[in-house]
Amino acid sequence: MLLEVAGLKKSFGSIIVADDLDLHVAAGEAVGIIGPNGAGKTTLFNMIAGGLSPGAGHIRFDGRDLAGVPPQGRCRSGIGRTHQIPQPFEKLTVFENLLVGAVYGRRTSEREAVQSCGEILERLGLLRRANALAGSLTLLERKRLEMARALATAPRVLLLDEIAGGLTEGECSELVATIREIRRTGVAILWIEHVVHALLAVIDRLVVLNFGRKIAEGAPREVMQLPEVHQIYIGIEA
Amino acid sequence: MDDNAARPTQAFRIETASRASRAAAAAACIVLLVLVLLPLVAGRNLVQDLIFLFYMLALAQCWNLLAGYAGLISVGQQAFVGLGGYLLFALTLLGGVNPLLAIPIAGVVSALFAFPTALIVFRLRGAYFAIGSWVVAEVYRLVFAQFKPLGGGTGTSLTPAVTSSVPGIESIKALLDLRTPAARDIVSYWVALALMTATLGFVYLVLRSRRGLALGAIRDHEAAASGLGVDVYRIKLAVYVATAAVTGMIGALIYLQKARISPDAAFSVLDWTAYVIFIVVIGGIGTMEGPVIGAIIFYLMQRYLADFGAWYLILLGTLAILIMLFAPKGLWGLLSERYDVTLFSTRRRLVVDGKNGRA
Ligand SMILES: Nc1ncnc2c1ncn2[C@@H]1O[C@H](COP(=O)(O)OP(=O)(O)OP(=O)(O)O)[C@@H](O)[C@H]1O
Ligand SMILES: [Mg+2]
Repeated sequence: MLLEVAGLKKSFGSIIVADDLDLHVAAGEAVGIIGPNGAGKTTLFNMIAGGLSPGAGHIRFDGRDLAGVPPQGRCRSGIGRTHQIPQPFEKLTVFENLLVGAVYGRRTSEREAVQSCGEILERLGLLRRANALAGSLTLLERKRLEMARALATAPRVLLLDEIAGGLTEGECSELVATIREIRRTGVAILWIEHVVHALLAVIDRLVVLNFGRKIAEGAPREVMQLPEVHQIYIGIEA
Repeated sequence: MDDNAARPTQAFRIETASRASRAAAAAACIVLLVLVLLPLVAGRNLVQDLIFLFYMLALAQCWNLLAGYAGLISVGQQAFVGLGGYLLFALTLLGGVNPLLAIPIAGVVSALFAFPTALIVFRLRGAYFAIGSWVVAEVYRLVFAQFKPLGGGTGTSLTPAVTSSVPGIESIKALLDLRTPAARDIVSYWVALALMTATLGFVYLVLRSRRGLALGAIRDHEAAASGLGVDVYRIKLAVYVATAAVTGMIGALIYLQKARISPDAAFSVLDWTAYVIFIVVIGGIGTMEGPVIGAIIFYLMQRYLADFGAWYLILLGTLAILIMLFAPKGLWGLLSERYDVTLFSTRRRLVVDGKNGRA
């Protein structure tokens, strides 16, 4: 198993955001996560990526327990992520943003990283903006930069946090195509998304979270039919 | 998305210095040459003023690297100015070391002191780090005030034997037909110029290196930087120790020129940190150009307004507050936004080489 979360617990004061959570992603697999606002989805990513330490439980990557491994170590071992609220390096250019990920996340030289960074930018439609300051990007471009930057670290699992919100139909299907192609290169995907139809076009398995608990898991279309999932999702997905 | 993954891939290349920055480098060489030759014609007042400008500029570059890039808002850099100054006095007066040799030794020892200091203050975050760094500097001051061989709390002076033992003074005296104090100033001027140039060069090379890439990332978003593989702690530690070394050398030079030291002056938070912060803030934090502009403005204000005493300080404070409120990127920020210029270009541009696939 590539990524394995077992018995994870976390609370902020009286709010429980992870309640004995188990989750796994196999190499090359694509798993989706849905759940209402405040269910603890982003918090789960923060714990996997190392920005936040869990109250209890284990996170293993490639068989290794990640307890005590700092975020930079997790990135280098192959965990890439995007942020729900983009966090670009605003006074660096788009290309330099990717270089940071490539040079430090993959431990290559700048020169060796150029070609792959250029190709990633091309694939994500950011090539025209390569030498623009990241601070000048639109929200949509910032979200693409989040993905591009994570890809520059050559991840083995890519954690995507709500990247399809606010896209037009056309943009959304392009995004789906892009993520499918990333998958084809062997990268596993763990994707939090409210735009369920985009998610269903990519994933093999769906996990539903509510109040930090896993309330359903399985084949995406079957899970979506479950009454308890339906109840939560009334009004969210038209 | 106008680019399409199905297209044949293009060849990419990285490009660093732009034509404009090459022109700036040429201009910098000319300015440097003029500055080197200046004391041959300039009066002693101007020479002394410029020494002051040079070391304030060098201190500002160091603080900018610390605070503007590494996010270490230290208000305790006077610890290393004072340490460097006292080391120079100890090495020359008590150890009989030549002053010019004492300067680099002061740098090395400052770095050695910075290491354990960092282990303490790095446990603190944000405002607590600032306060902690100040407290540490106060501890340094109190310790040196106890050191009787260098005058304790009242301080001491360099002997004429030491001050005139700086190499080159005799030849300058003979060459330019000057008296010893004037010749001493000229040598100090050249040393200060060399130290400032070396500091600028050092900071520039750091920012151009892969470390500079990480520092830019840390400056803009620390958590995101560590999420992309940057070891933030290690880079901060390296910056802290390196700037302490440079600051210590500048401190040694400052007190070689002043020839008199006391704990209160050498570890003065006003002289060696508050003014330096002023310079960086009005010039523009997080850029290399900012501290250069800030230092020149500070020098001019000091030169023409210092006679107004308390009013001068009030004016400095007011100016700093106005700039923080209305131009938080400093004067260089205003300029560079309007005219899109850079003097010290650290940009890495992506250039598409291959023509296959795209028009
Ligand atoms: N650092 C923190 N300190 C305190 N509370 C937090 C912190 N981070 C998140 N929370 C709280 O934990 C709960 C879960 O937050 P989280 O961001 O994980 O939700 P989410 O499932 O990603 O929701 P959304 O769909 O809105 O993004 C929320 O109530 C949030 O306010
Ligand atoms: Mg979230």
